[in-house]
Amino acid sequence: MKKKQLVVVGSGPAGLSAAVQAAEYGVEVMLLDEHSRPGGQLFKQIHKFFGSHSHYAGMRGPDIGRLLLERAQSRGVCISLETTVWGIFQDRVLGLVSGDRTDRIQADKIILATGATENALRFPGWTLPGVMGAGAVQTMVNLHRVLPGKRFLMVGSGNVGLIVSYHLLQAGGHVVKLVEALPRISGWGVHASKLARCGVPIEVSKTVKRVCGRDRVEYAELVSVDAEWNEIPGTKERIEVDVVCVAVGLNPLSELAWIAGCGHKYIPELGGWVPRHDESLQTLVPGIYVAGDVTGIDEASTAMEEGRIAGISAAETLGCISGGAADAVRDKAYTQLAEFHQSPWGIRLEAAQRKLRAGEQDGA
Amino acid sequence: MGKPNHLKKDMRIKNHPILGKAPDGVWVEIEVDGESIPALEGEPIAAALTAAGIRILRITKKYAEPRGVTCAIGRCTDCIMEVDGRPNVRTCVTAVKAGMIIRTLKE
Repeated sequence: MKKKQLVVVGSGPAGLSAAVQAAEYGVEVMLLDEHSRPGGQLFKQIHKFFGSHSHYAGMRGPDIGRLLLERAQSRGVCISLETTVWGIFQDRVLGLVSGDRTDRIQADKIILATGATENALRFPGWTLPGVMGAGAVQTMVNLHRVLPGKRFLMVGSGNVGLIVSYHLLQAGGHVVKLVEALPRISGWGVHASKLARCGVPIEVSKTVKRVCGRDRVEYAELVSVDAEWNEIPGTKERIEVDVVCVAVGLNPLSELAWIAGCGHKYIPELGGWVPRHDESLQTLVPGIYVAGDVTGIDEASTAMEEGRIAGISAAETLGCISGGAADAVRDKAYTQLAEFHQSPWGIRLEAAQRKLRAGEQDGA
Repeated sequence: MGKPNHLKKDMRIKNHPILGKAPDGVWVEIEVDGESIPALEGEPIAAALTAAGIRILRITKKYAEPRGVTCAIGRCTDCIMEVDGRPNVRTCVTAVKAGMIIRTLKE
């Protein structure tokens, strides 16, 4: 059986960053991804990133992706694409499938950077062709350069809903309306105001009642809701659209952590079930680390910071770097994370992550 | 003779303010339920179908309901089709090759 010092599962922002960080200290890294292109969701995030300049601020997702890939290649990271990890067994043996071939690899350390999947919203008509995840629409438009329709309804005013709406406008789509069931916009004001300046109506306390069409989306029925989420009579409104984009959050993709026997906790602020882990991002299974959205739904910027933490922690336990030097890298990354988490939503998320990590540190 | 209706609806983004002009690719033909459509080699099959205006990728077995692209990253399996005789292929993560024969799964 093949042996590797470190196997990273998932080549999105967290996985790439973890691989680069560990390889920088001489760790032999294998980076696996089931897709045919590396980068996860980074290459479709074509807007400029926020944060400090040492952490890619002002750069767009594809540029950051290319930079991280260059760094990974120059540090000798072995990237294996179209390779699905289907299981993790005792002693950190990974089961792989690639095309019609299967393989096994034994890893000293594993970092799971498997990301997240979009939440669905159930209303009559939710399965009609044309009802899509907002992230799916973003993939089609920014990666494959195909518009999946002409007239779009966006459901949800978090950052994903706001940003994807803007990306649709840039690609020549018509965003007819953005609706939000909450009585307020939940994403950042800077994204919302940009959209409003472009003339997209953003309507709060409003949601989808049903979506109709013979064999594809033809129109959506919207209604206003009160503080208890009840429909307000007489508010029904019909809008002609051919795509309904659902942007109502994501949940962590932690199947591999479950299979590996990592314990989980259900933490609503983090998007659902997350693998329990400590401040070095190690799970309850020694040698298995987590980074990125699998530790709680956040952003690409924070996923890269977590990748650094997991990468340096794996390098430390492999004996490739001293504890003091590893602490310095972790401290810097945690400082960056705190800076990113200054919105009301970020503060709640960070508090939940800190509580989880500190608890595991004390062996709770 | 006019083109089939769906060939008139090219949904491709040729110019983009951030991404620039669409990169050159190799155009090939693929066959979908007996009809030929243009596609770019290497793009996901589902992207080629979307560009050609095809929205229904599958009909469910039990209730015969239509399904289309939902997640576009290989998670949900709503876009599965028969590709070169192989059933249940996720078309959103399977790359186009020249001459592929694709069929809508109905049962």
